[in-house]
Amino acid sequence: MERTKLDIWVGIFVIIGLAALFGLATKVGNLTSNNIKETYSVYAHFENIGGLKPRAAVKAAGVVVGRVNSIIFDTEAYHAVVSIDVDKRYVFPKDTFANIYTAGLLGEQYIGLEAGGDMTNLAAGDLITQTQDAVVLEKLISQFLYSKASEEDK
Amino acid sequence: MEELISINNLSFGYGESTLHKNINMKFSRGKVSAIMGGSGCGKTTILKLIAGQLQPKSGEIVVDGQVVHDQGREGIYNIRRKMGMLFQHGALFTDLNVFDNVAFPMREHTNLPENMIKDLVLLKLNAVGLRGAQKKMPSELSGGMSRRVALARAIALDPDIIMYDEPFAGLDPISMAVICDLIRSLNDALGATSIIVTHDVAETFSFADYIYFLADGEVAAEGSPKQLLASKLPFVRQFIHSEKDGPVPFHVDAPTYGVDLQL
Amino acid sequence: MNNLLNIIAGLGSSFRSKMIRLGAGTRLFFLIIIYSADSFKRIGLTIREIYFTGVLSLVIIVVSAFFVGMVLGLQGYYTLEKYGSSEAIGVLVALALVRELGPVVTALLFAGRAGTAITAEIGLMKATEQLSAMEVMAVSPIARIIAPRFWAGMISMPILATIFSMVGILGGYFIAVLVIGVDEGAFWSQMQANVDFSNDIVDGAIKSIVFGFACTIIALFEGFDAPPTAEGVSRATTRTVVISSLAVLGLDFILTSFMFV
Repeated sequence: MERTKLDIWVGIFVIIGLAALFGLATKVGNLTSNNIKETYSVYAHFENIGGLKPRAAVKAAGVVVGRVNSIIFDTEAYHAVVSIDVDKRYVFPKDTFANIYTAGLLGEQYIGLEAGGDMTNLAAGDLITQTQDAVVLEKLISQFLYSKASEEDK
Repeated sequence: MEELISINNLSFGYGESTLHKNINMKFSRGKVSAIMGGSGCGKTTILKLIAGQLQPKSGEIVVDGQVVHDQGREGIYNIRRKMGMLFQHGALFTDLNVFDNVAFPMREHTNLPENMIKDLVLLKLNAVGLRGAQKKMPSELSGGMSRRVALARAIALDPDIIMYDEPFAGLDPISMAVICDLIRSLNDALGATSIIVTHDVAETFSFADYIYFLADGEVAAEGSPKQLLASKLPFVRQFIHSEKDGPVPFHVDAPTYGVDLQL
Repeated sequence: MNNLLNIIAGLGSSFRSKMIRLGAGTRLFFLIIIYSADSFKRIGLTIREIYFTGVLSLVIIVVSAFFVGMVLGLQGYYTLEKYGSSEAIGVLVALALVRELGPVVTALLFAGRAGTAITAEIGLMKATEQLSAMEVMAVSPIARIIAPRFWAGMISMPILATIFSMVGILGGYFIAVLVIGVDEGAFWSQMQANVDFSNDIVDGAIKSIVFGFACTIIALFEGFDAPPTAEGVSRATTRTVVISSLAVLGLDFILTSFMFV
């Protein structure tokens, strides 16, 4: 009698724990929202990646289609090589455009893919040739000031 | 006369100090032996040495032909299964009731079915007269009763050796008489060998078969109660007749009174 | 000069005694591992201890989690509102709980609720010679008493921490969404977008397992090592709380610096 009551309580305890874990995984965490399982990786070169980080989102038309896998610096060409894991379900033409955008004014940076018109699609290991760097605020401001100054000179 | 336990040239101490030096004792099968001595002379330690809870510095303890402290864990546990020990304050498991306390050794060491364990536990509890208290928790028992439950637990597996650590300490005269009677009758009924550690003279002399006196870490005297009562040794006389001063001094070693008062 | 030497010697001896205790604690841990097989044969013992350490801690865990969640919701809302991003309240509450407060506060409460109970119980068992009696009955106290409590603590802590995090988030939800009126969709979606299962939730679980180990072994060791007197047991109980709390906070810093950098 005593033993079974104890067992039931411990059983309930474990069930509550599992329910909490399930709640954390599905309701709080991102386990369900974007579980990208099978991916293929492509590469892109950027002159400046700004604040892009590994595991940042890769979006096409606002839909998350992949994640940034790794970012390394190429010491021969002096640019950043970003490796991107794209979900197998999505294919993109060869001349796809890769841009680094910022979510909102101060948000995280992500890569946006814009499909081109090529007939052949990107395969695993391919290089995305057309890229646009992250917008660096300081550069933007200095450009603005420079052009202002040259206008006044005229 | 066959010896079940013999202690040969035993020395023991904690760290640097020595508590026992050169102790020789023999405990015969079927007899009730007592180890007596003043408080703090290491009587209980001898029981712990016999049970293999402590390691002697030198000498050996042989139980049923096996040297206790030469055994590994398994060996010591096998020897301990032949022993029952009654602790000073009973040492009942406070989270178990009386029945479960007595059933504990049976459940741990045997695969008996539960209904047989029940019969055995009731038998043991009946032997100490506490069958009616089987549902009680240890905290609800008086000192004498919990001592009796602990005794029932100690004899749960019908041990060959029963050790009693101060079985009379803090008991009223009636409980004391009950325990005395139980020790003797259980020993004879089980054919066991009993060792009692105590300093209660009157009770012990009334039923023990053989008595050892410990003083200063040595066996000061030994013999049957009759022999000891006739003994002329000053220590034994002081102890038996509970004289205040004698070989065991009333005063702890101290410099002369004058030094302490700075005269 | 002599005084200085005395201070240095005192430091040395206290360090030495602490090292000895650490060694003894490690030894206890290995003994537990060795005797665990014996104690798993009687799984009922461990289940019984899960009841005492886990189930009985449930009430205090749930109540404190809900309050911690509500406070986080309230404070977070007032701060985030200044920057016009009160929708991010869900992220703030969830990350704070899952990464830090869930495991840490659970461990602190566990040390106070279950740890002291373990220390006092084992200390008293030792003082009343129950452990000795068990040994003489050829039953290992480590297998029968210590190991089941160890595993019960190891199992209970992650479960309690998970429950704490979830209940805390519900507390934050209660304040932010139901009381203050933050948009419910934004609350959950921002949370899901920024809480990562393998990085945040699993790391939080790893933390709670480490804390469970530390709290349980400290409580067991202090009880097992307590001098068998009333004073000894009471001091051991105090030490359990103090050492467990410090260990949890210290380990938390170390783990955080490894996990979330």
